[in-house]
Amino acid sequence: MSVEPNIAASSSPLTAVPAARRQQSSMARAFRNPSVLIGGLVIVIMVALGAAAPWLGTINPTEPHTSGRNKLPGSEVTVRDDDGKPVKIAYRLGSDNLGRDVYSRVLYGARISIFVGITVAIISVIAGMIIGLFSGYIRWLDPIVMRIMDGLMAIPAILLAIALVSLFRAGIGAVILAITIPEIPRVVRLVRSVVLSVREEPYVEAAITTGTPMLKLLWRHVLPNTIAPMIVQGTFICASAILVEAILSFLGIGIPPETPTWGNVMAAGKDVFYLFPHNIFYPGVMLALTVLAVNMLGDGLRDTLDPKLAKRV
Amino acid sequence: MAAPVLEVTNLTVAIAGGGDRANAIENVSLTVMPGEIVCVVGESGSGKSVTSQAVMALLPKGQLRISGGSIKLEGDELTTKSQPAMRAVRGKRAAMVFQEPMTALNPVERCGDQIAEVLEIHTDLDAKARRARVLDVMRSVHLPDPEQMAEAYPHQLSGGQRQRVMIAMALVLDPALLIADEPTTALDVTTQAQILKLIREMQVRRNTGVLFITHDFGVVSEIADRVVVMQRGRIVEQGTKAEILAAPREAYTQMLIAAVPSLVPPVRVPITSQVTLETIKLNKTYGGRSFFKPSGRVVKAATDVSFQIRRGETLGIVGESGSGKSTVARCIARLVDPTSGRIDLDDVDIARMSERKLRPYRRRVQIVFQDPYRSLNPRRSVGQSIIEGPMNFGLPHGEAIERARNLMGLVGLSPDALDRFPHQFSGGQRQRIAIARALAMEPVLLIGDEPVSALDVSVQAQVLQLLDSVRKKFDLAVLFITHDLRVAAQICDRIAVMQRGVVVETGPTANVFANPQHDYTRALFSAAPGQGFGHRIGAGKIDLVPAV
Repeated sequence: MSVEPNIAASSSPLTAVPAARRQQSSMARAFRNPSVLIGGLVIVIMVALGAAAPWLGTINPTEPHTSGRNKLPGSEVTVRDDDGKPVKIAYRLGSDNLGRDVYSRVLYGARISIFVGITVAIISVIAGMIIGLFSGYIRWLDPIVMRIMDGLMAIPAILLAIALVSLFRAGIGAVILAITIPEIPRVVRLVRSVVLSVREEPYVEAAITTGTPMLKLLWRHVLPNTIAPMIVQGTFICASAILVEAILSFLGIGIPPETPTWGNVMAAGKDVFYLFPHNIFYPGVMLALTVLAVNMLGDGLRDTLDPKLAKRV
Repeated sequence: MAAPVLEVTNLTVAIAGGGDRANAIENVSLTVMPGEIVCVVGESGSGKSVTSQAVMALLPKGQLRISGGSIKLEGDELTTKSQPAMRAVRGKRAAMVFQEPMTALNPVERCGDQIAEVLEIHTDLDAKARRARVLDVMRSVHLPDPEQMAEAYPHQLSGGQRQRVMIAMALVLDPALLIADEPTTALDVTTQAQILKLIREMQVRRNTGVLFITHDFGVVSEIADRVVVMQRGRIVEQGTKAEILAAPREAYTQMLIAAVPSLVPPVRVPITSQVTLETIKLNKTYGGRSFFKPSGRVVKAATDVSFQIRRGETLGIVGESGSGKSTVARCIARLVDPTSGRIDLDDVDIARMSERKLRPYRRRVQIVFQDPYRSLNPRRSVGQSIIEGPMNFGLPHGEAIERARNLMGLVGLSPDALDRFPHQFSGGQRQRIAIARALAMEPVLLIGDEPVSALDVSVQAQVLQLLDSVRKKFDLAVLFITHDLRVAAQICDRIAVMQRGVVVETGPTANVFANPQHDYTRALFSAAPGQGFGHRIGAGKIDLVPAV
């Protein structure tokens, strides 16, 4: 049996697929998934609408027009501008009780909603990932961190928003903070559960015995295992953040009412809802479509990137 | 001559979509007579499990399908039967026992109810009669206190008891054929001996035909009447036990049998070099009270473990699962912190060193793990895995690569394979890479935590050979953890036997094997399957030729 080293060397399976190609194909597989495709497409459209709002025939979304209040979709009104010249305004989707153009407000509102959604997702995923990594890896830290997270999870976003707005000023920063804080524990728990199982993997233990410093070890051997679940979790956080932001705005405890957000548009229209439902209908449709699209994207990514995650989330 | 219970003729099972081969099994023909135990042996991927699944019509849908041949159970053709018709066959006329009794049993149903379920489906017995039959069959498989066991959930039983419940479930309807797919692989050796005895007893008493799937020649020599050897989906050779084990005709069978380590240790010269590692009254307890767990139970995983390993010496720790042998290894590698005691590495106590102080000592103790599929980071190339350690200790990248290339050659792999990823290697090759990674640190102590247990017997022999040659080449002290007495007999200079966290006996391998002092050691050794088989090939011990 002394010939075996040569056998082993020559019988290496050279035909196996290189890892780089394998990873690529998992991304390619994700893009072939119909719910990823549809969800992604709708999100791209929403982002484009928000980004291109100034060029899509909109007018200043915050400017009230006393002569154009509560107009139905499609009506045209002549108003006077600052110099007194008459200007024609077409209210494609009607106007609200201050004469602001709902079409413009809905398009500009997409900016805020998507910005809040993505920012909250990124901040809570990064913060949760860091806390979760250390909490899962350092044994003595774990019970302490987890009890703090339990405490954070007990705070409803709405109450926190009220508290933050009363402490600072109403604004997008306060809203993002208020939505992010209760989301962080969910990310921490998920990351921690991944770390707890990966920590026991022999390759992690092998890295410990070869003297890999802790930060390097977490970065190289543990963190990559959390990426796929985090992408998926991030999309769900994004969807929920968009909804919560709309709720906070609607309740008047979020972003100041003159700022165009979908929640604010709906809030402005709620008192005259029976007569002019368009105030709530259009932003509502946009909101529902966006959240649905983000959730579809998340579901599709979960199915393709991490089938096992379905049981955990 | 009686009609065969099972007659498989030219059975071919095709792999849908094609894997590395078109058919999982090809032209497999075998028979099982009433009251006969036919052992199907082969290495992983030989198609032995597929054969048993095909008989039970349990092939995974859409992946494998029978494309030719016939399976006759008591003269009744099975391949053309529909699934509903097969349901009447399964359990009643042919029953199966699986490898892992914990996952084969429903964890949320009482054991008695699970056995009764078989009767409920296949018979018209009323609840009372079913209960009586259940207790009856549980008694016949020697489960203590059947009334109580019937009320127990699977997790409340030991592994051996669970497997007895599985066997009871399989035999409750007196099937003509019992298929046992590695039924003792997940069990400890003493439990395995009892289960083998039970299967033998059942088969004799009920005249059942048994198709016994295994990879272990020790088990074969213990239980088989006839042996079927399989390789890559084909039958290599079949015959009576005596024919196959004593005078195998085919080269493959000869190789397999020659690769089985003997239970008779070779004569070894006692090693008297300096002591590399000494543990003194090493203890590890788990659990206990803490702020968040006021009522913790204390588990003693290792109690007062003391031993020495000298340079160039291999100390084996043998014991069954839960004996604490891995805990000791992990304490020495400082993957877990010992509760008390000393670990002297070249006369420096590392047992309670802080991580910072420990760092220079880390490189001197390296470990090779059991599972080759999990011991390498799947996302990093083999080269990256090997050079990580040396670079942690400041070796420049170029030199580390050079060292890795040399080591790849040393462990019998091509240095050009450094850029490849672990999934491109077989289990045995990965274990070689893990050894190379350990050697890259230039350790003084190499710990092998069941390093060959997950490998096929022929690959196992090669890896053992490699371990022994690197021990010689680098004058390493080796701590070899294993549950396999055959492996221990061949590779260890001295062995320590552990039971429930305590070292019950230690001494030179030959002495311990020839003249075990402790009761537990004697029980362990007498339970090793295929005693006679081992002795017979005693002369053919693993040929420990240096690999380079």
